[in-house]
Amino acid sequence: MSKLTAAIVGSGNIGTDLMVKLLRSDWLEPRWMIGIDPESDGLRRARDAGLETSAEGLKAVLDAGVRPDVVFDATSAKAHVRHAKLLREAGIQAIDLTPAARGPYVIAAVNLAEHLDSPNVNMVTCGGQATVPIVYAVSRVIGVEYAEIVATISSRSAGPGTRQNIDEFTETTGKALEVIGQARKGKAIIILNPANPPILMRDTIYCVIDDPAPDVFDRVRESIESMVRHVQTYVPGYRLNREPILDGRVVSVSIEVEGLGDYLPVYAGNLDIMTAAAVKFGEEYAKHRLSVVKG
Amino acid sequence: MTDVTLRDGMHAVRHQFSLDDARAIASALDNTGVALIEATHGDGLGGSSIQYGFAKEDEEAYLRAVCEAAPHTKVAALLLPGIGTVEHLKRAVACGIRAVRVATHSTEADISEQHIREARSLGLDVVGFLMLSHMTETPVLVEEAKKMASYGAHCVYIVDSAGAMLMDEVTEKVSALRDALPSEVQVGFHAHNNLGCSVANTLAAIRAGAVRIDASLAGLGAGAGNTPLEVFIAACEKSGIETGVNLYAAMDAAEDVLGPRISRPVRTDRASLTLGYAGVYSSFLLHAERAAQRFGVDARDILVELGKRKVVGGQEDMIVDVAVELAAHK
Repeated sequence: MSKLTAAIVGSGNIGTDLMVKLLRSDWLEPRWMIGIDPESDGLRRARDAGLETSAEGLKAVLDAGVRPDVVFDATSAKAHVRHAKLLREAGIQAIDLTPAARGPYVIAAVNLAEHLDSPNVNMVTCGGQATVPIVYAVSRVIGVEYAEIVATISSRSAGPGTRQNIDEFTETTGKALEVIGQARKGKAIIILNPANPPILMRDTIYCVIDDPAPDVFDRVRESIESMVRHVQTYVPGYRLNREPILDGRVVSVSIEVEGLGDYLPVYAGNLDIMTAAAVKFGEEYAKHRLSVVKG
Repeated sequence: MTDVTLRDGMHAVRHQFSLDDARAIASALDNTGVALIEATHGDGLGGSSIQYGFAKEDEEAYLRAVCEAAPHTKVAALLLPGIGTVEHLKRAVACGIRAVRVATHSTEADISEQHIREARSLGLDVVGFLMLSHMTETPVLVEEAKKMASYGAHCVYIVDSAGAMLMDEVTEKVSALRDALPSEVQVGFHAHNNLGCSVANTLAAIRAGAVRIDASLAGLGAGAGNTPLEVFIAACEKSGIETGVNLYAAMDAAEDVLGPRISRPVRTDRASLTLGYAGVYSSFLLHAERAAQRFGVDARDILVELGKRKVVGGQEDMIVDVAVELAAHK
C-alpha cells in the first residue's frame, strides 16, 4: 500500500521521538527531518535512519522544491506562526505540535476525526493530550463548571522549545479544557521537576461538577476508567495513580504516563502522549486522503 | 527591605486576606519605610486555584487596594512561570505594581526568560527568585543566577523556601552569587524560619553581600513563617546595619494591625519544623495538615515522604497522593 510522505520540522526531543514512531507507521513515511542545528542529535539519528536532513530550516527546504504530503512541526510556538503561513501557501497539511494554535485543536482520544479537512491542526500540548480526555470523560456524564489541571514533567524531558513556550502551554491547555474538554472554564498549571532519576509525567485533573450525587459520581468513575482504557490503546503507559476522589463538588483524578522509551527513556511520557497523538491524527488523515483519492 | 506579609503571609491565612485587611496592612507598611511591598496570592499571579487554594478576593482588586493604600512604597507582584503568565503581569501593571519577582525552581531559571524580558520592557524593577535553593549545589545555582541576570533581572535571590538552610550554607551560596554576578546585579535573600534560623541566616546573608532582604510582619508566611520584620530590624540596629525601616512602626504594624487579623500566629510546631528538617516547600504545611486529618495519617510522615521524593514547589497535588498511599499501607 502506498504511504503519504512526511517531513518533521524540529530535531529536538519531540521531533526525534516522533520520527521513531513514524518509522513504524503503515500509513506515513517519514522522509525528511528539518532542523536548524547541524550538530543536533536528532538530525544525526535521522541521517542514520535514512531520512534526508537539512539544518537550514523549513523555508529553505520548501524553496528547494521539497513537497511532503504532511509536515509535523515540533519547533516552537513562535516558529510555527511563520511555518503555518509557508505551509498554507505551499498547500501542505500541517500537524502542529507546538502550542501556537493556528488551527483547530485535536485531542486524539476525543475528536480525532473532526478536523480531517482542516489544512492545519493543533495537537494542543502534552498536558492537553493527557488531561483533556479525562475532563471530557467527566463532562459527558455531568456538567463541569470548572476544570483545572496540573502537569508535572521531568526537567530533562522539557527541551528549550517547551521552556520558551511556557505561557503558551498554560494558555493553550486551559483553552482546550474548555473547547474540547467541555468545561465551562479551564485553567492549566505546569511544573518542572528536576529530580534524578527523572519522574514519570504526572497529571492531576480537578473537575468541579454540577451534581455530586453518589450515583453521578459512580457514572463519572466508570466514564473515566473507560477513557483511560481508550487512551491506553495508543499510549500503553497511561494509567490512574489512584481511584478518583470526590471532595465536595470536586472530582480529583491523578494519572501517570510512562513512555515507550523510543527516544528519551520511559520517564518522558509527555513526549510519547504528544507524538503518539500526532501520529494517530496523521494516520487518520492519510487513511482519509488515500480513500478519497481512491474513491 | 522587602515586606512579604501580603504575599508569603497569604499562605498562613489560606489566601483569605480581605481588601480591608490588605488596605490596613499595606497602609501600616507604608509607614515603616520598607522599600518594597510584595502582594499577591501566596503562589503568585494566577495562583488562585483548587491546587493552591482560592483567594478570598479577586487578584486585581487586591493589587489595586494595596497600591492605593501604600502611595509612598513600590508594590511588587510574585510570578511563577507555569502558573502565572505575561498576560497576568500586564494586568498587574495596570493595577499599579512597579516591580515583579519572577520565581522558578532553583534549577529551572530558563523558564523565566520571557517573563523577565517582558517585565523589563514594561519598565519594572525585576527580581529573579531561585526557590528551594537548598536543594541545588552552589555551582549550579551560580549558573542559574547568571541566566536570570542575562535576561535582565536587577537582582537575583537565594530563596530558602524550605527553611532548611543554616548559616554556613547561606554564606556559601550568597557569596558565590555575589562573586559571579556582574556588580550592577544585586543579590537578595529570602528565609523561612522552620529551623528557627531566619534572623541569623539573614544576617549571614548580609555579611556575604546580600543587599535585598525579605521579611514579614511577625514573620507571617508559609511554614514557620519568614524573617520577622520587627525582630530583624532590631537585630540590624544592634549590629549597626542600616535598613531604612523604623523599628517602632514595624513593631506596631505587627502587633496592632496584623495581630488582630490573623487567627493563628505562625510558629515552629512539629509540622513546620518537619518542613525545615525534611527540606520541603513551606507552602505545603496547611495542605499536608488537611490531608493528614482527612486520610488519618501523620502530617510529618507525609512531609518526610515528599522530601524523599524531591518534590518541588507547586506540586501540592502530590500531598493527597502520598497521604492516600500512606493510609493504604497503614
